[in-house]
Amino acid sequence: MNKVMSNKKAIIIYVAPAFFLLLALIYIPIIQTGYFGMMKWTGIGVKEFIGFDNYAQLIKDTLFWKSAYHSFLLALFSTISLAGYLFISIILAGKVKGVDLLRKIYLIPMLLASVAIAQLWLKIYNPNNGILNKVLMALGVSDPPSWLADPKLALYAIIIPIIWQYAGFYILIYYAALKNIPEELIEAARIDGAKPWQIALQIKMPLIMNVIKVTIVLAVVGSLKYFDLIYVMTNGGPNGASEVMASYMYSKAFKEFDFGYASAIGFFLLVICLVVTYGIRKLTEADKEIY
Amino acid sequence: MELESVKNSGTAVRLTEKKKQTAKFSLWNISGYGLLYLFLGLVAVFQLFPIVWLVLFSLKNNQEVFNLSPFALPKTPHWENYVKVWTEGNISQYFFNSLTYTVSAVILTIVLASMVTFAITRMKWKGSRLVLGIFMVGLMIPAHSTIIPLFSTFTKIGLIDNALSVILSYTAFNLPITIMILLGFYEALPREVEEAAVMDGANIHHIFFKITLPMTSPVIATAAIINMIYNWNEFVFVNTFISSDSLKTMTVGIQNFIGQYTTDWGAIGATLVICILPILIAFLLLSNRIVEGIAAGSVKG
Repeated sequence: MNKVMSNKKAIIIYVAPAFFLLLALIYIPIIQTGYFGMMKWTGIGVKEFIGFDNYAQLIKDTLFWKSAYHSFLLALFSTISLAGYLFISIILAGKVKGVDLLRKIYLIPMLLASVAIAQLWLKIYNPNNGILNKVLMALGVSDPPSWLADPKLALYAIIIPIIWQYAGFYILIYYAALKNIPEELIEAARIDGAKPWQIALQIKMPLIMNVIKVTIVLAVVGSLKYFDLIYVMTNGGPNGASEVMASYMYSKAFKEFDFGYASAIGFFLLVICLVVTYGIRKLTEADKEIY
Repeated sequence: MELESVKNSGTAVRLTEKKKQTAKFSLWNISGYGLLYLFLGLVAVFQLFPIVWLVLFSLKNNQEVFNLSPFALPKTPHWENYVKVWTEGNISQYFFNSLTYTVSAVILTIVLASMVTFAITRMKWKGSRLVLGIFMVGLMIPAHSTIIPLFSTFTKIGLIDNALSVILSYTAFNLPITIMILLGFYEALPREVEEAAVMDGANIHHIFFKITLPMTSPVIATAAIINMIYNWNEFVFVNTFISSDSLKTMTVGIQNFIGQYTTDWGAIGATLVICILPILIAFLLLSNRIVEGIAAGSVKG
């Protein structure tokens, strides 16, 4: 048995192809991104080594910090919305018939292509014929906002469909975790006279804390690297009002062909994502094994 | 295994709830439940409503979109919107490309991920946990942090504007989540079958391809549908690596296409419905697998 199952040659054959792809298309490129970040480079022609100039420029680039601020704002709203999803999941997992159907319906937007969702919400927000303003006008609002064209509203108008899109995903995760709690625990608390909200806050929440942590990481990191809806709906506009880090990086690279500077942003994005993941896990590590 | 216990505890909950409900039948309970249902129902409406509205306006002409109530059905559904976008533009080409890339990448990803998962969970070697860790860290890497070097490398080796650049990128970026989905199932497989095969003198490839791989077909189905959804919906790689119209996928192709038709709501609606239809159909047929796959691919301790 051992001889067959620890055959070195076989192990290499089974692991190497996937490992090679992973190295070639993910790990080597992130190292290259850091390296290209130290170049002055238009994407074609020669790279000129300029050390940390791009990174120094990045620190002073107010447009970049504005986009970073928007990314963090999106992360903040996504994290806050988790509380709502948790609330819905607790109701779903406790009381209701037809749960399966409901949570499947909730999931649908997440399965559809972001760019199609983006085009759809462009239509929803259409100032004249979009359903939102039609409804508002029917309700008597004479001068409804122009949403995506309004610098004050554009970012928030995009955050709504992003939250809409991922709601079902988080509800699904919380629901599965809540269903994993042994029924005896809940029953015991009930016999002791605990109220439903006490059970939710003092028994269910602590028991699924690990899952909550994972979802916070997913929501924050997912927001920090968010791109699709913004690229299609406003491309960062109007006038940078909805620009986020990933869209800023993308237009620096593929619109302005400043590949060196865009690489520096890409590397910064990577570092932020890894640091935030590590940070959230460390911050919430104290009560690790609850089960 | 885990899922089964989830289901069982689910029915247990429902049973005890039923007892409670009949025991404490009161006005407060009825109105309480009514409110809960109303709330959950409203969430469902909010989630579904934009998609229903999309299907409605895909069957209208502009006049109906502008003048009728948004919720009204068109007098006669304008199916010609669909015929028009399918035949006039390159939508059919984009659709076919999406299908080709999606299927090729799914097959490649499943085969490679199964091999790795087999080696990590069934074979004995030092460093298997480390290798698994390296794959899992891949989950956290933003695609944007790799896209410039990938663009530059693909240009250098002549794979830019080539289907392979897209298929290989899909595969590499989906390997971690696919391995994550496969892992639990592989770990739960009994070792006896493999042991018996070794006794009978089977070699490792025979064990993997003829015994283990067929046993994992349920989880392969789950992983495949999740991969399919991701690949079908992917945008950034195609948008960056592909410039020829004849090689574009639905997600990228429809952007230009919609640009030409900005004022024709019916045509835009039809295009978007065609783009999301395969996923909606897959969802109707395989929703349980999708739910399972998303749960397995997102949370692991």
